[in-house]
Amino acid sequence: MTEAVHPRTGLPGELIMWVLIVSELAVFGAALLIFLVLRLGDPQGFAAAQDQLHRLSAGVNTMVLVTSGLAAALAVRAAEAGQRAAARRWLAAAILLGGVFLALKGVEYADAARRGIGLETHVFFTFYWLLTLFHAAHVLAGMILLGIVAIRAGAEAVEAAGQFWHMVDLVWVLLFPVIYLL
Amino acid sequence: MRYATQKIAFAYFGVAMALFALQVTFGLLMGYVYVQPNFLAEILPFNIIRMLHTNALVVWLLLGFFGSAYFLLPEEAEREIHSPAIAWLQLIIMVVGTLGAVLTYIFNWFNGSYFLGTQGREFLEQPTWVKVGITVAALLFLYNVTMTVLKGRKTAISNVLLLGLWGLALLWLFAFYNPHNIVLDKQYWWYVIHLWVEGVWELIMASILAFLMLKLTGVDREVVEKWLYVIVATALFSGILGTGHHYYWIGLPAYWQWVGSIFSSFEIVPFFAMMSFAFIMVWKGRRDHPNKAALLWSLGCSVLAFFGAGVWGFLHTLHGVNYYTHGTQITAAHGHLAFYGAYVCLVLAIITYAAPILRNRDPYNQVLNMASFWLMSGGMLFMTFTLTFAGTVQTHLQRVNGEAYMDVQDQLGIFYWMRFGSGIAVVLGALLFIYSIVVVRREIVEPGPAQVHRDHLAHRTPAE
Repeated sequence: MTEAVHPRTGLPGELIMWVLIVSELAVFGAALLIFLVLRLGDPQGFAAAQDQLHRLSAGVNTMVLVTSGLAAALAVRAAEAGQRAAARRWLAAAILLGGVFLALKGVEYADAARRGIGLETHVFFTFYWLLTLFHAAHVLAGMILLGIVAIRAGAEAVEAAGQFWHMVDLVWVLLFPVIYLL
Repeated sequence: MRYATQKIAFAYFGVAMALFALQVTFGLLMGYVYVQPNFLAEILPFNIIRMLHTNALVVWLLLGFFGSAYFLLPEEAEREIHSPAIAWLQLIIMVVGTLGAVLTYIFNWFNGSYFLGTQGREFLEQPTWVKVGITVAALLFLYNVTMTVLKGRKTAISNVLLLGLWGLALLWLFAFYNPHNIVLDKQYWWYVIHLWVEGVWELIMASILAFLMLKLTGVDREVVEKWLYVIVATALFSGILGTGHHYYWIGLPAYWQWVGSIFSSFEIVPFFAMMSFAFIMVWKGRRDHPNKAALLWSLGCSVLAFFGAGVWGFLHTLHGVNYYTHGTQITAAHGHLAFYGAYVCLVLAIITYAAPILRNRDPYNQVLNMASFWLMSGGMLFMTFTLTFAGTVQTHLQRVNGEAYMDVQDQLGIFYWMRFGSGIAVVLGALLFIYSIVVVRREIVEPGPAQVHRDHLAHRTPAE
């Protein structure tokens, strides 16, 4: 991939996008750390709460989102090569997979809500809802962003949206083991 | 002065400084009531003085922002202000509204009237006609400055300033909603004051600082703009959901404790960025601007904002800490240094920069102005420390040991006396500042012995 490095910052891509990515990682990272610390105080309660989550669905979602990240990366490559039609196809694939992620998430949420699991049920679920809902909101925002950059499919815009999408991907890869598996 | 209409700014700054003098005087009065609680209790109760102290602060800072916009937007947009008449009308409305609010507080006129009287609120307490007046003034202002920018050169500084000013005016509208439910009352109150001082006001602060740095240090506009965008991004990212740190104990759902703790912890980032920005620009800058006092206020602003808003804010922002410290003198310590550092110093910085230009007074004699910086800042820092110690003792006695509120207050007397002393320093500093701006002084300063010696050393060629 050709790297258009910014002359002043030495970073590929938009500086503000990097600021956003670092901020997001800091916030999600801080929340996950607090979650792990709180778990030390109540390992049984956390384990019992975790058993009520759908690990398989979340595992499938991980595959879906990582694949979507691949599609976004291929879109960036196509856009940089000036192949707009190909870039748009890959962006569409990334958006579609994002939609699959949200659909599975919706099923998971509906089931939790049906069983009366809310934000106040247990501190585990406070973090479960806050973190996964924040993340899902970012998935939705990312899908909209990918859709907007698909209109012109310019290299810089697609790269910026791709950066955002990989951040969404990365956050999920961190959330998934900490909340669903550990 | 490059544009004749910039002159309007001085009228705004003048009214702002007059209100500033009143505001700190009321502050000193409160400091005395703290140690002599019956002082004026029948004539001017404490809650009224506090309302005057905090509302006068907000209004004079707003006037300072308006004045700053009228001063710097013509230079940024490279054209005159769209309508000077509207700017004057806006100032008249603001002055009449402020006087009306002050007199209504003090004499409790039109008690019970929705449109003319007070509303029984702790904060956002203005008679409705004053609120309407402020809104009309804000609309006139936004129309005026937006037209100025739209017709002229558009820069990052003017865009960020406009974004901040529009946000300020729109968020003000929440002040009109006065719900019966006290939880909602507090919730909407924070929509105004938190999203102002930890949201859109930071945009105003960053853009005014950027303007000052551009003028004082002569660094490239491109560099300034890059910093500006990063500061704006981090301010909004942390500040908006950081509102949650006001929702811990007012009756809102408990998840706000986590949202507020996590996001507000990052509110220190934009303040750190602003401090780094100011110092790096000065180091990189090639221009040796004669207005040293403006530079002193600008750098002081960024440092004291970082400590007052950033460090002292973080001190009690985590809900586990705030559970104990909420509403103690720790809050007062943070409130004083944060407002002083971030916004008082900012407005005084741009007044210091603008006044000699607006009054055609080059070169400068700013010894008194700089002395007022050290006197006021020293007083404010001492006040912050005494209140922090008072708050720590108070937290332990009252919240940990469970002693009664007034018993604890009696034991804090020594701190309150020291705070009163520091308040005198702040008031004297404020009066000295106003004197240095308003009264024309001898222009040439004779160098003292230390400076003569230093100049002598600098001009001597090295021996080896």
